[in-house]
Amino acid sequence: MLNLRETWFISLSALAVAFVLVGIFFASTGNSAMEVFYSLYRGAFGSWFSWQNTLVRAAPLMLTALCTVIPARVGLIVIGGEGAMVVGGLCAALVGLALAPTSPMIVIAGMALAGALSAGLWIAAVGALKYFRNVNETISSLLLNYIAIAILNFLVVGVLKDPATLNNPSTHAIGEINMIGNMGSSTVHWGLAYGFLVCVGLWILCRHSVFGFAADVVGGNLRAARLAGLPVAKTLLWCCFLGGAAAGLAGMLEIAAIHGRANNSLNAGYGYAGILVAFLARQNPLAVIPYAVLLGGIQASGGLLQRVHELPDAAVYVIQGIIFMVILSSELFYGKFKWLQGKLDQGKT
Amino acid sequence: MSKIILSRREFVYGCAVTGVGLMGTLSSVPVMSAGKITMGFIYVGPRDDYGYNQAHFEGKSALAKLDWAKAVDEENVPETIEAQKTMESMINLDGTQVLFPTSFGYFDPHILAMAKRYPKTTFLHCGGLWDASKHPKNVGSYFGYIDEPVYVSGIVAGYMSKSKKLGFIAAMPIPQVLRNINNFTLAARSVDPAITTTVVFTGSWSNPVKEAEAANSLIDQGLDVLTCHVDSPKVVVESAEKRGIYSCGYHTNVAALAPKGFLTGAEWNWSTLYTSYAEMIRDGKAIPNLVRGGLKENIVKVSPYGASVTPVAKAAADAVIQQFVDGSMVVYKGSIKDNKGREVVATGTQYMQTDIWLESMDWLVEGVVGTV
Repeated sequence: MLNLRETWFISLSALAVAFVLVGIFFASTGNSAMEVFYSLYRGAFGSWFSWQNTLVRAAPLMLTALCTVIPARVGLIVIGGEGAMVVGGLCAALVGLALAPTSPMIVIAGMALAGALSAGLWIAAVGALKYFRNVNETISSLLLNYIAIAILNFLVVGVLKDPATLNNPSTHAIGEINMIGNMGSSTVHWGLAYGFLVCVGLWILCRHSVFGFAADVVGGNLRAARLAGLPVAKTLLWCCFLGGAAAGLAGMLEIAAIHGRANNSLNAGYGYAGILVAFLARQNPLAVIPYAVLLGGIQASGGLLQRVHELPDAAVYVIQGIIFMVILSSELFYGKFKWLQGKLDQGKT
Repeated sequence: MSKIILSRREFVYGCAVTGVGLMGTLSSVPVMSAGKITMGFIYVGPRDDYGYNQAHFEGKSALAKLDWAKAVDEENVPETIEAQKTMESMINLDGTQVLFPTSFGYFDPHILAMAKRYPKTTFLHCGGLWDASKHPKNVGSYFGYIDEPVYVSGIVAGYMSKSKKLGFIAAMPIPQVLRNINNFTLAARSVDPAITTTVVFTGSWSNPVKEAEAANSLIDQGLDVLTCHVDSPKVVVESAEKRGIYSCGYHTNVAALAPKGFLTGAEWNWSTLYTSYAEMIRDGKAIPNLVRGGLKENIVKVSPYGASVTPVAKAAADAVIQQFVDGSMVVYKGSIKDNKGREVVATGTQYMQTDIWLESMDWLVEGVVGTV
């Protein structure tokens, strides 16, 4: 199982190495690395405005990351967060429209339920294909993304189109009154709280429940799990469902907190960025939170990098790519340093 | 919830208020003017896409030459909350007074939300139709009648095509796009009524793979002129060049991508408009909330003709440009049928360029092979 001391040490060292490499990259662009780092800091965490900018970007990433994290507990590599988010957002918008005349509480609850349920089933289908037909879950979830986006485009341009949205085909709006507002006087919407709570909730489920233990056993050794009499199919499908449901909630929040209607903006790449967060967090639902904030911060400061240092937008991808590669490579070092293994944890990694 | 439709009366009134050059409406956008004017530009795609975003970047670059103005920009900003945060960041961290969020999808809800939160900042949006009854006073919109130079492309294509089959690769069946397809086709058929235009919708503003597939499959069908309306014309024009057929550009001058087969193209001329906005702000003049213009107003232009264009085609195209400039050109003049045989513009009816009816187009003209 996890060894906290080792995890902290290796993760932080990896981040430090990554930042050195990123610094070299900045220097190679003809900028002073320290100045660019200062801009990164200023754009991401330098002021209350920057913090809000960072947090609002982190919110959807927390939820879409879980779409990869939870199925990974049972050993599946699912990259269908984008599609799940689109499906969840679309279904949430439909339910929101249907319930719009009732009260805002009912609309929000209905939308959340619809988003989570539809996207949960969407990713559960990936699990079912894997379990019953042995279809590779990575490929099927990726392909389902394209199907989800095609369905969205088809419906939004066709039967669901609000005729007034001429040049940006969208569904009808759920109405200002039914939308989720911002937290207090900040400009960060309540979606951040949803993301935080779902991450914590699923972490508790993974770490402190029989279900979570069963999932880890299934992920660790499928045959052993079967021999032990664990409900393998059920565990696997539930994990896929929960992951999909989290991404579906992200889609619902895009509709309920930002757009007010479903359109092509649902497919903005949060699902793919979530995969990055999931791997950085080493498939730990709790670690998703800080890494989502880190990635949100890098994206938030991307604007300043462009405006102050005249770096192209691709600089953000280079930074993300370097961090991603270094953290993945750091996996090699787990269990390699004796002095990092606590007495209790010896031999357990 | 914004409808981007004005009532016809409002629109005509808006157009009538200022006759020459830019058309403005009744009220005007408030602008602070202290020290250097800082303007912020936001693009949905890369600055160097040979297309929609590059056209705006070129407009922004023209401002960089003015010593009394400063322009900052940001590329690849998606139409999500990130667009709002980019606007806020430009306002808070760069002190931007005027913002140009250039993608259509930025308007609702993003610009509307930010305009409410920052009433002292001016938001000028490309593509939308500002409506006094619905939209804040510190918001404005501008757009160009790019279908005019597209019509000119159609004339040249009509003269140059030997197979009498043209191809149009389009993103989505929305009014702006359909109008370009129809203009292109009407122009070509005014040269030779036997000409047809085959249209393929890719379903996305930027999907290079599908655009290349569509281009190749159209060329396989024996078409000999290709044009497009997607964010970047690069793939379509390069595919046409590689397969040895003609192409017409869109958004920017893409002649360099197809030295042999490039005919002409429709281009934005944002540098003129952006410079005039900057001058209005410097001089403390009121900025009109609604600006529209075509070849006459110099908001759009025709790319220089390619080497292969014949003198006859050039002469005909130049004549059409002249008609657009002097205002005598009416593209939508009855009788016009759609490609299902329904009469959409009756004999004796004509729709002027500024007619709002044209901005809700949902049909393809006779001679277009394809469905909406």
